[in-house]
Amino acid sequence: MIDLLATRYAYVLMFVLLGVGLYMMIANENLVKKLIGVNLFQTAIFLFFVSVAYVEGGSSPVVPADSNPGELLVASPLPHVIVLTAIVVGIALTAVGLALIVRIYSEYGTLREDTLREVRSDE
Amino acid sequence: MSNVELIPVLLVVAPILLATLPIVLGLRFERTGWSVTALTTTGLFAASLILAQRVYSTQSAEIYGLGGWDEQFGIVLIADQLSMLIVVLITATAAGLLAFTRLAGPRGNTFYTGYLLLVGGLLGLTLTGDVFNMFVFLEIVGLGTYALISSGDGPESAVAALKYLILGTVGASIYLIGVGFLFMATGTLNMMELADVIQNGGLDDQQLNLIRAAFAFMFVGFAIKVAQWPLHTWQPDAYQHAPDGVTPLIAALVSTVSAYALARIMFDVFGPEFLIQTPYAREIVVTVGSISVIAGSTLAVIQQDVKRMLAYSSVSQFGLVVAAYGVVTETALTGAIIHLIGHGVMKAGLFVAAGVIAIGYGARTVDEYAGLAHHRPVPAAGMAVLLIALIGIPPSVGFIGKWYIAVGAVEAQAWSVAAVIFLSTMLTLAYAARLLEKMYFTPARNVDPGSHRSTDAGSPVATDGGASSQTRGSPDAVSLGMLALVVSVAIIAVILGFAGDVFFELLEPFVDEVFN
Repeated sequence: MIDLLATRYAYVLMFVLLGVGLYMMIANENLVKKLIGVNLFQTAIFLFFVSVAYVEGGSSPVVPADSNPGELLVASPLPHVIVLTAIVVGIALTAVGLALIVRIYSEYGTLREDTLREVRSDE
Repeated sequence: MSNVELIPVLLVVAPILLATLPIVLGLRFERTGWSVTALTTTGLFAASLILAQRVYSTQSAEIYGLGGWDEQFGIVLIADQLSMLIVVLITATAAGLLAFTRLAGPRGNTFYTGYLLLVGGLLGLTLTGDVFNMFVFLEIVGLGTYALISSGDGPESAVAALKYLILGTVGASIYLIGVGFLFMATGTLNMMELADVIQNGGLDDQQLNLIRAAFAFMFVGFAIKVAQWPLHTWQPDAYQHAPDGVTPLIAALVSTVSAYALARIMFDVFGPEFLIQTPYAREIVVTVGSISVIAGSTLAVIQQDVKRMLAYSSVSQFGLVVAAYGVVTETALTGAIIHLIGHGVMKAGLFVAAGVIAIGYGARTVDEYAGLAHHRPVPAAGMAVLLIALIGIPPSVGFIGKWYIAVGAVEAQAWSVAAVIFLSTMLTLAYAARLLEKMYFTPARNVDPGSHRSTDAGSPVATDGGASSQTRGSPDAVSLGMLALVVSVAIIAVILGFAGDVFFELLEPFVDEVFN
């Protein structure tokens, strides 16, 4: 267990962050904070991908223009590309989510889920 | 390179690029969205037919590497016997549904931008041969769906869309964790290469553990997207509060394509061998599916709102498909795919019929459907035929799907699945019969013409007694196109009931390859 924490702390941290995001999403009554929870949840996954790509002693994966650069020790570039794409997707989702929240606020005048539930059950 | 080989790319890229047109043209002209979308979807339908003809006549998959990259690094699109059936379903539904949205709305150019974006995302999700690309298309489909759901008039639709957004994002993100584990274990994201590594053995213990974890995450992620009990809670709200013109598209395609993607991952990437050898994998898949069947149909029986009832019915029908995946036999897989397509066709028709009835008769709850057959015989007849098909009474597409799944379950001696199919038929009969009885045997009550309900049904409360049928709804708003759509979908659902052998032959090469 100690060994795991000492050598694989990035993964442990990622799952803690994942849990925090998930808890925030479920337990918080404020819709904006729920969305922040979703973002945190996604960010944890991005960090996970970045730490998967890490190579002990490797440099950033920029290949020199040399036709024969020799032996290179670089971090895996593929997960980095994946994370870039996923970040873009995440931004789009956040934008749509916030737009929906703005609309809910203008219709019901509240951002809290419990109040929203009361307002809706009254109708 | 002949032109046919470019069609897979065209199918994905064209709708996404053309999605910008309604907005751009909208700056100058007011109502161009419908025409642009109609032209695009009709073109896509024609292109998908050409590609399908090619794939099924040559009996080989069309594989296109995007950007000319090597398969190991680049993204490929795969048009094979399995994906082409779904592609044809998507393009046909998207093109046909426009007959309903033309007059019934939602109107506006931005709606059609969302419509094309969703179609492009669905086609991409169907054709992609890369597990990470699949995540991106899952999210594009999600974004399109959230936007379309919230295009309803009532504030309820925004709440339903936000609920779906949060749950859908979590589902796709959990799938992404699975992709991460797969990448850690194998170092590739291409489905064919993944299948090669996973199915040809030679994995050490650590790799096997990672792959099992990947499967678990991916299955849970898809269980949210496909709306399996107890992760289905977004679906009834989303289907009920989405505008009438949007629900058929979402109900027929979004969960269907997610369920197809689950089949692709389970059988093409992980393979039947992995499913059989992993302890409890099949049992868990079958259990999740079976519980969804029973919970979904039980909840459907107690609903008052017709759209909500049909949404719960979707939970149970997809449960049947997932349970069939868990049986892992050739016949059950074929049955599951047939049922996916059949369910898509039937639900599209049922939701269009529900929309037509809501517009023309002002009826949204089961009680308000009283006397419908007398006053609106055509939509009532269409709905009745589709409901009977959904129960699975032959000849109908609902019957052949269930039949193959049942045969597959018996072959594999999975008696619990066979029992669940029997039970699901009984429960489907229960909620379908409620509606049929109201439409055909309960006379409309003639009370208080003042209580006119034609707006979006906010809450599924019991009817207020119903308005007089003369003042209800606006029959003029129902166009001939809408009625023709309902009737033709009903006819297709019956005709496909004779096409069991055709489906079986079309899918045979793919299924053979999966099970060797």
